[in-house]
Amino acid sequence: MHANDTDLHAQGASTFIDDMPEPAGLLHACPVVSGIAHGLIESIDLNDALACPGVVAILLARDIPGCNNIGNVEAGEVLLAEQEVVYQGQPVAVVVAESDAVARRAAGLVRICYKELPAVFDARAAHAQGLHIAPPRIFSLGDVDQAWKDCDVIVEGSAVSGAQEHVYLETQVAVAYPLENEGLKVFSATQSPGMVQRVIARVLDCAMNRVEVDVLRLGGAFGGKEEQATGWAAMAALAAGRLQKPVKIRMNQGEDMRWTGKRHPYDSDFKIGLDKTGRILAYEVCFYQNAGAVADLSLAILERTLFHAGNSYFIPNVRATAISCRTHLPPNTAFRGFGGPQAMFALEAAIFKAAAAMHVDPAHIQRRNLLQEGQPFPYGMPAENCRAQRCWQQLHDRFDLPRRQQAIDNFNAGHSLEKKALALMPICFGISFTATFLNQASALVHVYADGSVSVSCGAVEMGQGVKEKIRHVAARTLGIDKARIKVESTNTARIANMSPTAASVGSDLNGQATLLACQRILQGLKTVAARLAGGEPEQISIEQEQVCLDGRPTATGWNKLVSEAYLSRTPLSAHAHYATPKVFFDRSTERGRPFAYHVYGCAAVEVAVDCLRGTYRVTDVSIVHDGGRSLAPDIDRGQVEGGVVQGLGWMTLEEVRHDGQGRLLTDSLTAYKIPDLYFAPDIAVEFLDGDNPAAVMHSKAVGEPPLMYGIGGYFALVKAIRAFNPDWQPGFSAPMTPEKVLLALYECGC
Amino acid sequence: MSRFLLNQRLVEEQLPAGTVMLDVIRRRRGLTGTKDVCREGDCGACQVLLGKRQAGGLRYQAVNACLLPLGAVDGGHVVTVEGLNGERLNPIQQALVDNGAIQCGFCTPGLVMALTGFFLNSPASDEHAAVDAAAGNLCRCTGYAGIRRAINQLCRRFDLSGSPLARRIEDLVHWQILPPYFLTADETLAALPLHQAAPSPDAVRVAGGTDLFVQKLAWLQAQPLDFLPASGDGIRREGRDGIVDATTTIEQLRTSPLFRQWFPSAAQDFELICSAPVRARATVGGNLVNASPIADLAVFFLALDARLVIASATRLRTVALKDFFQGYKKTDLQPGERVREIRFDTAAAQHFSYEKVSKRTHLDIAGVNSALSIEQADGRIVKARLAAGGIGPVPAYLAATGACLQGKTIEPATVLEAVEIAQGEITPISDIRGSAEYKRLLLRQLIFAHFLKLFPDTIRWEQLHAR
Repeated sequence: MHANDTDLHAQGASTFIDDMPEPAGLLHACPVVSGIAHGLIESIDLNDALACPGVVAILLARDIPGCNNIGNVEAGEVLLAEQEVVYQGQPVAVVVAESDAVARRAAGLVRICYKELPAVFDARAAHAQGLHIAPPRIFSLGDVDQAWKDCDVIVEGSAVSGAQEHVYLETQVAVAYPLENEGLKVFSATQSPGMVQRVIARVLDCAMNRVEVDVLRLGGAFGGKEEQATGWAAMAALAAGRLQKPVKIRMNQGEDMRWTGKRHPYDSDFKIGLDKTGRILAYEVCFYQNAGAVADLSLAILERTLFHAGNSYFIPNVRATAISCRTHLPPNTAFRGFGGPQAMFALEAAIFKAAAAMHVDPAHIQRRNLLQEGQPFPYGMPAENCRAQRCWQQLHDRFDLPRRQQAIDNFNAGHSLEKKALALMPICFGISFTATFLNQASALVHVYADGSVSVSCGAVEMGQGVKEKIRHVAARTLGIDKARIKVESTNTARIANMSPTAASVGSDLNGQATLLACQRILQGLKTVAARLAGGEPEQISIEQEQVCLDGRPTATGWNKLVSEAYLSRTPLSAHAHYATPKVFFDRSTERGRPFAYHVYGCAAVEVAVDCLRGTYRVTDVSIVHDGGRSLAPDIDRGQVEGGVVQGLGWMTLEEVRHDGQGRLLTDSLTAYKIPDLYFAPDIAVEFLDGDNPAAVMHSKAVGEPPLMYGIGGYFALVKAIRAFNPDWQPGFSAPMTPEKVLLALYECGC
Repeated sequence: MSRFLLNQRLVEEQLPAGTVMLDVIRRRRGLTGTKDVCREGDCGACQVLLGKRQAGGLRYQAVNACLLPLGAVDGGHVVTVEGLNGERLNPIQQALVDNGAIQCGFCTPGLVMALTGFFLNSPASDEHAAVDAAAGNLCRCTGYAGIRRAINQLCRRFDLSGSPLARRIEDLVHWQILPPYFLTADETLAALPLHQAAPSPDAVRVAGGTDLFVQKLAWLQAQPLDFLPASGDGIRREGRDGIVDATTTIEQLRTSPLFRQWFPSAAQDFELICSAPVRARATVGGNLVNASPIADLAVFFLALDARLVIASATRLRTVALKDFFQGYKKTDLQPGERVREIRFDTAAAQHFSYEKVSKRTHLDIAGVNSALSIEQADGRIVKARLAAGGIGPVPAYLAATGACLQGKTIEPATVLEAVEIAQGEITPISDIRGSAEYKRLLLRQLIFAHFLKLFPDTIRWEQLHAR
């Protein structure tokens, strides 16, 4: 019997990298990072650090045997800075020592002299100076310029959404072991084992088959370990390869917060035009993305911002421009939602402002413009199997929203110092990697002679329950009990060229590959079973561990079948590859069908504001979520509940602050506040059932979309503030901290 | 050397007394269920149970191992998640699994410990109290909805009100929440020889250490330490004076029946001060000598015009708390001295209000906190004392505001005048807790809140807030 991961977690018996026994002779690495945001390195003095007892080596860029590059986009994505540093916290050297404490102390003794250069930390300021990661991209539909004249109402404004720190509880960590024949085995807390392998091979100038990367599970990731686990693993590998000793690298919480990127802050300008019934005729938006110092995943994130510029609405005339601005902050990176949330925040701000100008509730405009079947997104793909209207309607019906709104109005009329408000947040999120080539996965399934099953695939478990879903797929396909199935660690020696576990598609892609591999084994087993049961393979099925002939159980059980198959030399292992069909995108025309399907949903977020103190509670979130036929309803519910709370955190409490030199001020959990148990609202989730031929067993991806329900929290707060101070004009600057709330309650224009 | 029971085993450690238990547990003992995350008591992933021998047996608290020095567990019982595991999941573990409270699993062991601490200590199966017990455990994934469901299910399943604390361990063993060895843990510890070596005279005095071990961990590991003995029942009355021993923990203060008589809302107000596992260790005296400008209890006791009784080897002296704070993180405490107790006139509790606003409501540092005490007779203020934190370099006693209130009628004009004067007494700066402008506005609002709470019949919001 194979225990569920959750059972192991509850007993503290699950192994994370830092829990692995440390081998004898283990060395510890600690990066030496830039203390300034931008400058040229004039000299590096290692003497004091090298004199530290226990220090074994200090590695610099010149010690890299291969290519000093850990990115996918540009040359500046270096492992260790050479001449120039471009953000505070950028690694310049790696100290390797006999203990973690010595490595850290010695790292502090490395003296780097710089010639400081001007630095910029704000996206618009970077744009003004022409600092871009790449040329702007524009998605357009219809003719915006012509459409304005048909509008009865036009409003313009801007919206700002802040950074968000991932706060995965397991900080960045990797251990690299030297193997014979110049090989390396690397345990890395990464969402992208394939990329870690490729980059290590690149840095060490060796073949990829020399590097085995293994990931058992992650203690949270949320996008923060998609691209940014790579550098640390490469440092450990560099040191292990050079010193031929196992090397561990592990950030503490403060280091992790200071040295890694966050969700991208966005500054956006919008202009929206509507007719007098509330139909949106035209929408123009320009997104200024704060990319940080190097490309990282910023351009892919920027692209997804464009894909979601229209969210769940049909807007016939759209022009969305997106500009990735280079600043001197740590490179910002993937975070659940991947650019989508920022786009949706800007559009909701535009809708809110238009509603205020029209003296209607924003819900009126939202409802009026929800996507319908066949209407095109701004990139040309039509909405297929569209659920926007159904989610909206079901939410209103099942959660009795008209009555709740009435109760809120009554409450507000009777309370001068407490105001409540409810805001709606429809979402639509495209499922697939927007880099089409990543939409592939493979799985390797073994059935052992005792009937137990091992599944390897490219999905990394990080709390999203992908292993459970894979087990479910294998169990259902083979017709056996889930307890027989073990999903192995994610390992590059078993699965080659794996895509990151990201974009919500971990179970879609890897589940489908697992299904195909299981079917392949099943085919052989059916031949054996047909022989045993006296029929044709087409008449055979396996149900509840029993061989069935024409649907009726025979005397042969799974164990006997497997044993017979083995003795008759039938293959009990299979490898399968899956590539999402029909997805493509042409960047020269910005048109295509980039997504296998979309996930829809709608949330009602209710808040209560203490208008004396400026404090607030998000009291209730009601959701109808388009879940397909769930592989694991409890897991999907957890993903929705968790995503909502993270999204609410981003919109309310979570405020990343830097000083004027680009140094992170909010570098601890004391200073950077994430939602706690008290903060968490009551969340009611209802799943909209339905077929989804585009994903494994008609399920739907669930990881990212629910985060965007949290955006409703911002607008609910704005509504509650205006119930107290109707003169206040929101500036649409998230997060809506208690400070901003209090200032808004008593002043104007913040 | 420290000797203690670690789960089922008696162990000895020769490490420096200032080594934190998180490192002893994970690195030395290889018990990796206890997770290492923030090392400042904010996330709860390293929570363990600490059992201390008392009359009537062992009493356990969930505490953060990252802030728990080895020297403080001597003679006690330290329980990690491994020490709770049986052949099957226990009911707490099972409830977390069954209710979807677990995603990545990194926070889960700490959460199991926090809820076990709740079951060991709570007089009743009160869901709010269980939430408070688990609120110091951050789950980023976040399984809070599932955690609430699990708490709800556990509270319905086990009725703690029928289980007196004196018999609690037996009951929890019977319910299979605790493994059977807990029944003999007290006996095992009783057999340990006591080896109280006198602390060296230059030893650093450590009470709860919940701030000290965040700020000065490396330094403390190199020092001889003198662990101040925990206070038994450190809250008492002498004539009109209320007295609180300096080593009283914040949780003891919060749950003291006597203190609650004086300050009926303290139990609720103090839920806003750190989290349950930190309150179980942090002391009143520690919060005062730490002298942070937003020290929650400093503000509380300043508004009572409390006095500190300070002891050295040779003498006792008394100093007014408002004179104790001399500058940013600077106090009147001299080398060799320690704060022994806090005294205040209980008459100051007649009308008392405490307010705290922080970015996150719970387990957060205040943007501004404030307290007000008013003694009144026939609608006139006989004495008023206002204190506030976060608005200057020290927790501030706003003397001019208090003086201005004296003799005034309790009416809206008086409140508005007090607000005006208070603004002249404060010097807030802009920092990550908020802009100076915000802090000024917030203090005004908190002064309003004090009066609205204390005198709802005479002060109305509409009178204070002219639009």
